[in-house]
Amino acid sequence: MISETENLPKPFCITSGNSDMDPRPPKPSYFFRETLGRHYTTLCGGIIILLTVVMVAFVAVKGLAAFVGAHPISPLQFLFSSQWHPDASASEGGPKFGALAFIVGSLSVSGLAVLFSAPLAIAASVLIAIIAPKSGENFIRPVLELFTGIPSVVYGWVGLSLLVPFIRNHFPGLGFSLLAGSLVLGLMILPTITTLTTDALQALPISFTEGSYALGATRWQTIYRILFPAAGSRILIGITLGITRAFGEALAVQMVIGNSVQIPGSVFSAMSTLTSIITMDMGNTISGSAWNNAMWSMALLLLLITFGFIVIIKVLGAQRTVKRGSNA
Amino acid sequence: MPEIKEPIEKSEAAGHTGAPQHTPSAFHKTRSHRTAFAADKLATFFFCAAGIFLVSLLFLFAGYIIYSGRESLTFHFLTSPPRFMQRGGGVGPQLFNSIYLLFISSVFSIPIGVGAGIYMAEYAKPNTITKSIRLSLETLSALPSIVVGLFGLLIFINVLGWGFSIMAGAMALMILNLPVITRVAEESIRNVPSSLKEGSLALGATHWQTIWKLILPSALPGILSGVILVTGRIFGEAAALLFTAGMSSPHLNFGDWNPLHYTSPLNPFRPAETLAVYTWKVNSEGLAPDARQIADGAAAVLIITVFLFNILARYIGRVLQNRVRSH
Amino acid sequence: MFKFLRIVSIVALLFTVSTGAVFAADNSITAMGSTALQPLVEQAANKFMDKKPDARVLVQGGGSGTGLTQVAQGGANIGNSDIFAEEKSDINAKQLVDHKVCVVGFAAVVSPKVTIKNVSQKQLIDIFSGKITNWKDVGGPDMKIVIINRPKSSGTRATFKKYALNGVEEAAGVSLTEDSSGTVRKTIAETPGAVGYLALSYVDASVQALEYNGVAPTIANITNGKYPIWSYEHMYTKGEPTGLTKEFLDYMMGPDVQGKLVSALGYIPVSEMKVSR
Repeated sequence: MISETENLPKPFCITSGNSDMDPRPPKPSYFFRETLGRHYTTLCGGIIILLTVVMVAFVAVKGLAAFVGAHPISPLQFLFSSQWHPDASASEGGPKFGALAFIVGSLSVSGLAVLFSAPLAIAASVLIAIIAPKSGENFIRPVLELFTGIPSVVYGWVGLSLLVPFIRNHFPGLGFSLLAGSLVLGLMILPTITTLTTDALQALPISFTEGSYALGATRWQTIYRILFPAAGSRILIGITLGITRAFGEALAVQMVIGNSVQIPGSVFSAMSTLTSIITMDMGNTISGSAWNNAMWSMALLLLLITFGFIVIIKVLGAQRTVKRGSNA
Repeated sequence: MPEIKEPIEKSEAAGHTGAPQHTPSAFHKTRSHRTAFAADKLATFFFCAAGIFLVSLLFLFAGYIIYSGRESLTFHFLTSPPRFMQRGGGVGPQLFNSIYLLFISSVFSIPIGVGAGIYMAEYAKPNTITKSIRLSLETLSALPSIVVGLFGLLIFINVLGWGFSIMAGAMALMILNLPVITRVAEESIRNVPSSLKEGSLALGATHWQTIWKLILPSALPGILSGVILVTGRIFGEAAALLFTAGMSSPHLNFGDWNPLHYTSPLNPFRPAETLAVYTWKVNSEGLAPDARQIADGAAAVLIITVFLFNILARYIGRVLQNRVRSH
Repeated sequence: MFKFLRIVSIVALLFTVSTGAVFAADNSITAMGSTALQPLVEQAANKFMDKKPDARVLVQGGGSGTGLTQVAQGGANIGNSDIFAEEKSDINAKQLVDHKVCVVGFAAVVSPKVTIKNVSQKQLIDIFSGKITNWKDVGGPDMKIVIINRPKSSGTRATFKKYALNGVEEAAGVSLTEDSSGTVRKTIAETPGAVGYLALSYVDASVQALEYNGVAPTIANITNGKYPIWSYEHMYTKGEPTGLTKEFLDYMMGPDVQGKLVSALGYIPVSEMKVSR
């Protein structure tokens, strides 16, 4: 494979930069040997920055439109009121855009999902990384990776056809509930969190375990006194990534939570999330209307809360580096 | 099934993680130590139970979907178009749309993603630009897919006026795909032994020549299997496509492969409902009497396809790895 | 290996360039909007293209709001909508020309376990505004009422609120909201005590459609004006239609669509209506 390429490949041939062409024809110019390739890869990096900036800028501009203009929504009302009456006429007191029910809904459904799946994920990752590393690596981990790829609509569909009727028949309420949503999300993020926590445990130096065993500690003592604290921030990063994924999920939750605009009073009550209301109302409202703008504000809010999660991950990551630096 | 070993006898199998062989001594017979051993056994049991529970949960889940969809997994279902208000419709166009959308988005995301991966692994200096790329990648990979979809609606449909189309959907998928492909490429390139690179540079090759002739070929198995894995994940994406690729599937003429024709399946500017979107929609707007069965079948097809992608990725990774080694 | 990659990249480049050329073609129009009307327009477009093979009618969903926005901005030739453009604020309805293509009837539906057959307007308002919370108060079994709503942005909900509930706002937070008719039907069928509303084409044996003020929701009762819960399906154009757009709209109003397709898909042809709004 390597020997086959005698002449230099020119994968992205653009005719320019011939000025420093070497007089001998067989040897291509420095441009083709180095500059072009380097510039191409730099350009790719630039595209990624550009894309991110443009995307954030556009969503921000659209999202802020609701708070300015002819009929501005008060940002405080948007964030802290649960009065969602986008279609109320002037006689009914005018439209009200309080998104609190959606914000609380999104946070509670993803928080509860992590509460369900994190303990199970951590326990399973101990099995994979420490107790049975061979079968863990050869069997459980591939299975988990397989499941990280399952489409979220499939999770939603199973939730709708299996979980919702089950909850309806055995618990109070209608089945469509916070519980159903968080169980579906919990199952969905389970493989992700397990894989990440396993990575965290496996990344620990051998000396930690060996030293602990040499001092006569049992495996359980080693795990919870040495390994968990040492891998703590990485495990937390894994859990935060799990929340981030659950938080941004739209269709799987929308199918099972009932979409009532209310702050859920119990795990059995129906609720809405930021993503579910966007899915339902975005296409049916007129672009540029206050109602539609409020949808964009929610998209911006989703973006900002996601940034919050990224910052948490960054801080946790920084802690890890500091710790490692001081230990070394 | 995971083999579960007693902690005492496992140091050799588990490598560094196994518990040491304890020699019986007076010390070990103390009461606190017995409690510690009991706690250890209990914890081991608990961890194993959790692992088994997790794996069986996932297997039950997959089993349930494939079992419910088993009757739909016929050639007819996979190839025929959906029917309106009648029994016996299939998912042919949707399946085709999903694959085609994947292909088009890869055409854009792989060159850019691998390029950016090369940059991050080889050229990036520890400066602000590199930091911004890193931050951008993290942001992109954490973005809720519905936000990406809305961005697509804004740019490709409202501003550029493409209409709901494969192209708009492919762009949205590209945005979702880019950070993962970049990471996969960067990691694979970093895994290439540095001796290879240093040797080449010492012989007078430029950095890019070294990358193109030596580093990329050795990193290729990793890149390729990683790329297939992430495209498999994108196959099931729905939220980003609702407002970009659209929720309708026009009448397609599978005899016409000229991408410039409107009924051609290859026309990139036609709306295209994918299998995942259809799975979501059929249980809501489905007027066909067998909507439930169709949704079951579509879900089964979705996860089987994802599994196939996974197996393919592993297989290709292994084959290429062997070829690279043998050279 | 790298030769292969090179070929792939060249093909990719050519592909990108060629796709740019696909656009410009004036024998094509786009109809976009309401998902409720989408099946009819799709079927009609297919038949239209069978007759006129060089013409292209692209039908897309996206919702009534998207349809109206796009037709007003010139992004689509036809905007499909469940409601009058005038009912949506922030849209310049004056520049849009309305083409009413058919009528959809709606019915209040309940789960089969709720044994009542008829409901008065007053009762329905009380149910949806949360004043009545048990079926026994309207002559049914002792069963808690569960309201299954559509999203506030839905055209079906707007129609139902306007014509069945006389514009009264439903009680907030006491109901489930389902995004689509199929899910509403499924949920009503499975939930004891559930009540909601569906287009007549979605009503099947799994749910019970209610008489409204003693009038059954039948096509005959809608066309003669006895049963009030119905709405038009609109196809809007920006200004008077011309060219292919006009041809297609004429086809929509012609015998092929109005005579056969409309009734086959559960809608009511406008031509049969003896009343209008």
